[in-house]
Amino acid sequence: MDRAEVDTRIRSIIEPFNKKGVAITEDTTFAGDLEFDSLTVMDFVAEIEDEFDVIISMNQQAEIEKYGQLVDAVHDLVSS
Amino acid sequence: MSEGIMQADQLPELTGNTPDLFSKFDDTIKLRENLLASGVEDPFSLVMEKVLSPTRAICNGRDTILLGTYNYMGMTFDPDVIDAGQRALADFGSGTTGSRVLNGTYQGHRECEDALREFYGMEHAMVFSTGYQANLGIISTIAGKGDYVVLDIDSHASIWDGCAMGNAEIVPFKHNDIVAMEKRLKRIPEGAGKLVVLEGVYSMLGDVAPLKEMVKVAKDNGAMVLVDEAHSMGFIGENGRGVVEAAGVMDDVDFIIGTFSKSVGTVGGFCVSNHPKFEIMRLVCRPYVFTASLPPSVVATAATSIRKLMTARDKREHLWKNSRRLHSGLTELGFKLGTDEPQSAIVAVIMPDLEKGAAMWSALLTEGLYVNLARPPATPANMTLLRCSLCALHSDEEVETILGMFERAGKMVGII
Repeated sequence: MDRAEVDTRIRSIIEPFNKKGVAITEDTTFAGDLEFDSLTVMDFVAEIEDEFDVIISMNQQAEIEKYGQLVDAVHDLVSS
Repeated sequence: MSEGIMQADQLPELTGNTPDLFSKFDDTIKLRENLLASGVEDPFSLVMEKVLSPTRAICNGRDTILLGTYNYMGMTFDPDVIDAGQRALADFGSGTTGSRVLNGTYQGHRECEDALREFYGMEHAMVFSTGYQANLGIISTIAGKGDYVVLDIDSHASIWDGCAMGNAEIVPFKHNDIVAMEKRLKRIPEGAGKLVVLEGVYSMLGDVAPLKEMVKVAKDNGAMVLVDEAHSMGFIGENGRGVVEAAGVMDDVDFIIGTFSKSVGTVGGFCVSNHPKFEIMRLVCRPYVFTASLPPSVVATAATSIRKLMTARDKREHLWKNSRRLHSGLTELGFKLGTDEPQSAIVAVIMPDLEKGAAMWSALLTEGLYVNLARPPATPANMTLLRCSLCALHSDEEVETILGMFERAGKMVGII
C-alpha cells in the first residue's frame, strides 16, 4: 500500500472526529488544531488499528503529534 | 499550626522570564476555585474528626454515615483484628525501618503471606507496602522491552503508572470489549511476550469484567494474565477470592493483585501467583525492594483479617443484600446508575455535571452521609460520579436512611 492510499483512508476515518471541520494538512496537530482529548485519541486510534490491522502502541502514539507523522507511521507499519 | 492548607491556591504574579513550574496546574487551580466559589464544602479536604465504627464517623462536626470508604467487610474495628495489632505493636515495635529484603521482614510479614497463600490457594504470595506499589512493581518488572501489555482503557491509575514505569509496548483496548482485546492480541508480533491486565471489579462504575471469556481469549493467544481484585476480595466468589473465583478461572490466571486497604481493613498490597519462578520478584522488583516494609501491627491486623474473611459467608450475604437494596432504591427514586443491575458493592450514581455533582455531594454531607465524589480525569467518559461503597455492617435500617437522604438531597439539588 503506498503512502497516498494510507493518507486517503486515514482522511476518511478522521472526518467524523474533525468536529470543527479543520482543513487537514501534513502539519495539522491532533492536540492543538484538532483539539483531540485522550478519549477521542483512543477511539480514533482504535479505528485506524482496525482499518489497517496494525497496533499503534501508546509508546508510538507519544511520538506522533502531527497528521503527517501518523500517515508515515501507519505506512511504515503496513509496509513492514 | 499552618493555615496554608486551608487556603485555596492563588495564581501567582509572574516576574521576569523565570518560568513557574506550577503554571501547568493553573487550569486545575481555577476549576477548584470556581467549585468553592459556588459555596459547596470542599469535597477534597474532608476531615474525619472521630471514627465511631466502620460505618459511622464525625465529619466536619457532624455525625455521618460512611458510604464511600471501601470498607466492604467492616473489619477495621473487629476485636480480633485490633487485638492482633495491639499485641504486634507492643511486641515488635512501631515500625521495621527497613526494606523487605534487608531488615524489614519480620515473623508477621511471613505469617501475612502464609494467610494470603491459604486464602487464594496459591503457591506464592508477596506483600508490598501499598496496593499501588504492587501494581507498579509487578507490571513494570515482568513486562520489559519488546514485551506487550494489553490492558483495559478504564484501568486504575496504579496499573497505568506500572505501564509508564516499565519499558514494554502499551496497548489499551475499549472497556470490557472482548473482541477489541482479541484483535489486539492477534496483531502482536510473533515471539513477543504478552501480559493481559484486567480488573475484577472496575471501581468507577462498579461493573465486573467478563473474566471467563477474557481469560480464555488471553490464554488462547499465549498471554500471561494479571487480574487486580482490589474491589472484590473478601466479597465476590464462594470463598471471597474475587471475580476470578466467581468466573471459575482461578487456575488460568497467572497473577492476582490485591490490597489490604479495602475489605482487609488496613493498608498494604500483594501479589499471589503459582509461577514457579515467582520468588525472584523479591530481588528484582524495585517498588518492593526500595521502600520500607509495613509496620508489624499492620501485617498482624492484615493476617488476622484475611483469615476471618475466608469464612465470612454471612457478611458476604448481607453485603449483597445491601448492594441490591441500595441499587433498586436509587433506581426507583429516579437516579441514573453506573450499572443496570448491582454487580459489586459499589453503586455509582451518575451526576449531570461537576457543579451539580459537587452540590449533591455537599447536600448529602449536610444530611449526614459521606460518599465519594469522582470526577474527570479519574472517571470514564468524563463523567462526574457519586460513588457509594457499601459495608457488610450497614444495617437494613441504615440503607433505608441512606435512601431517604438521597431523595431529599436529590430533590433539593434538582437532579430527581
